[in-house]
Amino acid sequence: MNPHLVLRVVSKLLIPIIVIFGFYVHFHGDYSPGGGFQAGVIIASAVILYALIFGMDAAREAVPAWFVRAGSAVGVLIYGGTGFLTWLLGGNFLSYDMLDPDSTHHAGQHLGILLVELGVLTTVFSVMVVIFYTFASRAPDIPEGEW
Amino acid sequence: MDSFDWTQLLDYALMAMLLAVGVAIVRLRNLFAAVMLMGVYSLLSAAWFVSLDAVDVAFTEAAVGAGISTVLMLGAMLLTAREAEPVKAGRHWAALAVVLATGAALFFAIGDMPAYGDPNAPANAYVGFDYLIRTPQEVAVPNVVTAVLASYRGFDTFGETVVIFAAGLAVMLLLGFGGKKSKKEGGE
Repeated sequence: MNPHLVLRVVSKLLIPIIVIFGFYVHFHGDYSPGGGFQAGVIIASAVILYALIFGMDAAREAVPAWFVRAGSAVGVLIYGGTGFLTWLLGGNFLSYDMLDPDSTHHAGQHLGILLVELGVLTTVFSVMVVIFYTFASRAPDIPEGEW
Repeated sequence: MDSFDWTQLLDYALMAMLLAVGVAIVRLRNLFAAVMLMGVYSLLSAAWFVSLDAVDVAFTEAAVGAGISTVLMLGAMLLTAREAEPVKAGRHWAALAVVLATGAALFFAIGDMPAYGDPNAPANAYVGFDYLIRTPQEVAVPNVVTAVLASYRGFDTFGETVVIFAAGLAVMLLLGFGGKKSKKEGGE
């Protein structure tokens, strides 16, 4: 019998909740503590937990290396792209009010903050997983006795 | 203050636990236990940040310090020995001298520190106060920390994102790209 049965069952239950909590932290960052950075770390920790319990190969199938490799650059592009978008709409770099200039309650600010935080989330998540993958693929698996 | 503020006891308890864990980390020779205690240390600091009302910092500390860095330290530890080599006594004295000098300087500086929550402290007075007043009208976001990070200081956060990207890029370039290829290269 698999010695990590309890760990596997519990983490299988927990990992979706961790990911959803990560997205909650991102989308609710305007109202409560947290934001893109924390959300990225939380979602990355879900992937790392998956890799620790189910092995690196399973994690590489769920979140491929090319995905996180591209994601680390795409996040910066999203952030910079938001800045360029406000530029093209006639404002300064990252002046979010240009995204919705007619709004009376600063909807553009909300949208802009959400967009740049999405960029931060993508980069932080990808870089955390990249660093973990590169370290973990060099280290041998944890021997059974040391769990 | 007339009445005794009982919540400060919580701060003392957390500081005492931080100190105990710190001493334990220094004295432990087993690296596995030391890595786990470093996670405990981060979690305790996160709890302490919460009691200081720095919830966003506590959140980051709990996620990064107690979560990700513990796993990364574990990964690094698996590449090396399980037990630390004993350090020569001479180096202990050198380290003690450095720590005592730094500690004395810090205690000397405490006298110039503003009291906790002092409204006239530099951190609360000038720009910080402006942000608190202006955020509801200019950004209309309830969480002022998010407003400062993403809107007022959007350039800084952009820079930070690029720094994180550069860190990931450096790791990828130095240790292989994290794909299947690096496994083969490592085995050869």
